[in-house]
Amino acid sequence: MTEPRDAMPPRADAERSLLVVEDLCLSYRTSRGPVRAVDRVSFDLRRREALVVLGESGCGKSSLAKALLRLLPRNVDQVSGQVRLAGLDLLALSEERLRVDVRWVRIALVMQASMNALNPVVRVGEQVAEPLRVHRGWSRARALERAAETFALVGVATDFLQRYPFELSGGMRQRVVLAMALVTEPDLVILDEPTSALDVLTQASIMNRLKQIKAELGTSFILITHDVATSSELADRVALMYAGQIVEVSDAAGFFREPLHPYAQRLMASVPRLHQAERPSHIPGQPPSLLSPPAGCRFAERCPRRHGRCVEEPPIFQRPGRHAVRCWLAAPGGST
Amino acid sequence: MSRWSSGLATLKRYPSAVLGLSLILFLVGLSVYTLVAIPYSQALDLWRGGEPWRMHPVNAQPVWTNWLDGADRPRTQVIRGEPADAERRDYDGVRQLRIPLVFEYHHAAFPSELNLFLATPADGREAFVRLTWQTPDGREIPLGGQRISGDARISLSQDWALERRLGRVPHVGLFAEPDDPAQPARVQPGRFQLLLEAIQFDTAAADSDLTAELVVYGRVHGLAGTDHRRRDLMVALLWGTPVALAFGLLAAVGTTLTTLVIAATGVWFGGWLDAAIQRLTEVNIILPMLPILVMIGTLYSTSIWVMLGVVIALGIFSAGIKMYRAMLLPLREAPYIEAARAYGAGSMRIILRYMIPRILPVLIPTFVTLIPSFVFLEASLALLGLGDPLLPTWGKVLNDAQAQSALYNGYYYWVLGPAGLLMLTGLGFAMLGFALDRVFNPRLRSL
Repeated sequence: MTEPRDAMPPRADAERSLLVVEDLCLSYRTSRGPVRAVDRVSFDLRRREALVVLGESGCGKSSLAKALLRLLPRNVDQVSGQVRLAGLDLLALSEERLRVDVRWVRIALVMQASMNALNPVVRVGEQVAEPLRVHRGWSRARALERAAETFALVGVATDFLQRYPFELSGGMRQRVVLAMALVTEPDLVILDEPTSALDVLTQASIMNRLKQIKAELGTSFILITHDVATSSELADRVALMYAGQIVEVSDAAGFFREPLHPYAQRLMASVPRLHQAERPSHIPGQPPSLLSPPAGCRFAERCPRRHGRCVEEPPIFQRPGRHAVRCWLAAPGGST
Repeated sequence: MSRWSSGLATLKRYPSAVLGLSLILFLVGLSVYTLVAIPYSQALDLWRGGEPWRMHPVNAQPVWTNWLDGADRPRTQVIRGEPADAERRDYDGVRQLRIPLVFEYHHAAFPSELNLFLATPADGREAFVRLTWQTPDGREIPLGGQRISGDARISLSQDWALERRLGRVPHVGLFAEPDDPAQPARVQPGRFQLLLEAIQFDTAAADSDLTAELVVYGRVHGLAGTDHRRRDLMVALLWGTPVALAFGLLAAVGTTLTTLVIAATGVWFGGWLDAAIQRLTEVNIILPMLPILVMIGTLYSTSIWVMLGVVIALGIFSAGIKMYRAMLLPLREAPYIEAARAYGAGSMRIILRYMIPRILPVLIPTFVTLIPSFVFLEASLALLGLGDPLLPTWGKVLNDAQAQSALYNGYYYWVLGPAGLLMLTGLGFAMLGFALDRVFNPRLRSL
């Protein structure tokens, strides 16, 4: 169980897993050489579970989200690893099968800056209905009817169906985009920074909606965010990313109570808390460039608990209770 | 759709749009009227010329030229002598007919030509006809006799012997005051008569009749005048309208749509496809269109539909591709296009339903102003002698006019009619296009 491995071991309860990601790598071509934005990322997600992918800007969160659906920009160099959705290998699937069988049928994506993801000259109702027309071949009237139901689900009045995106507030637009993701009742919804452009109250209300939807529809979520506070609302599991790698995956309760990775610990310490006397601290330094990442632990340079072994790259150490950490400190016999 | 009606309401605020639209509606109305009044096959028959036009004067001016300079040019008069009017006397196997053809002539100008059409039963029996001209002052001028059978045309204007006797061309001399032939002729107004005395042999059949039509050709005809082959120019002016509109519209729609779809496809798929489209476009832009059309017209066919096809084919990879590509490139990267891709919309759906509709509004003004340019292209081809061989079009009228040196000969109306209609077409679409440009490209409004 504590055998160090670079990838997660195949789980005994794999049939309970909806999505299994193993060793997913994604690199971009740039003028200064390839950039590995996602580096050997592994995690699994069960049905009805919400996984929060936490990480600071540029750590590869959004690239991970797009790689899961193979919605890759044109400058992608290569993608490797495995993404299995209930046994279906998404990276091996043909583009057409992926489009017809997976996108929005099984996995929906709410993209970053999704408020701009609405066509400005088409009524929002039509846009929410569009995936149904694409995938199920429904008539416009029938699809609009379902769109109205989905509007109710995300808390938008159904008379907004007739409006154009510019007639809606940011929060409303975000809900519309969410409705668009939910309209085909996918198994998994990936939310890439869904609330980062919204005010705190709207954020909270949308997070509450998501929680409600998760309970009612049994949808799984992958929520990608940099906002520790907001993410704690929804999370069942937390994956913390740093410089393209997942450094810690854990149950949410455990993660927020007792993070193991030094980066996780410093991150939690940087979050201001209401009933706490100490000032929140910050993490000095900057994440390493992904063009030429350091050979050893990527956090070593900023790590307060750096030691001799950190020049070697740490493998993923499995800890009890679906908990994995990429840090030498988590090695068997190491102290945390 | 309410969007369209509100768009129309916006257009009403622009006088140029109202004017342009009414010009276009007028042309469309004219086309519809033409198609109903002169069916296609009839138009082709008429424009082929010949028999249908024998009662029409050659190169007659439009009637409105009389109002312009106050001159009193005559219209064509046709005097029919029916068998019923004839005074007949039957002898033994011989019938004598006297048919007086009487008419009034009070114009200041002389007729342009004088022809007599005779119709006898076409079964080979002959008749002998003697003609006598009587002027208002009672002079009688014998015009000689002729042996006729079947249908005959006696061209009095081309009777050289008569011309020598009168000292003037017959259609002037027969109408003029009797004075010195060296002086300018003046019309002797009043009642003229052409007496037709016919002797028919073999009168066994009771219906052996003779019909005579004296045509005193005028100098004005209709609203458009006639050409050198007596054809009423109105036929060509009317029929040119639907042909021009159809050609312009089809060519504009054909080139715009294909160009748009190809540009969008190239932009969406990118890579070698885009590169191939761009290179093809660059080559095609350099190729001159008119010489290619002239070549095809000369070597293959001048049918207007072949020309239309070639125009569209050459127009596909035109400069428009570059323009549309520039407009579509930023759209390709728009978040909502990425979202559409994410929710599984296929490439065709993205191209046809998301990308193209976004730039359509900007294209409508361009499209509208494109229509007359194709109308002009068709006219230019016809002017170069590559017009449709059968259809009457504005360009072909201009071509005829040029071939007959119309302007040198003073037949200005021959050029004016088609040129005016071409200009109206251009004006109508241009004015509408400019107004649409302001409606759809609001940035222009402040200018």
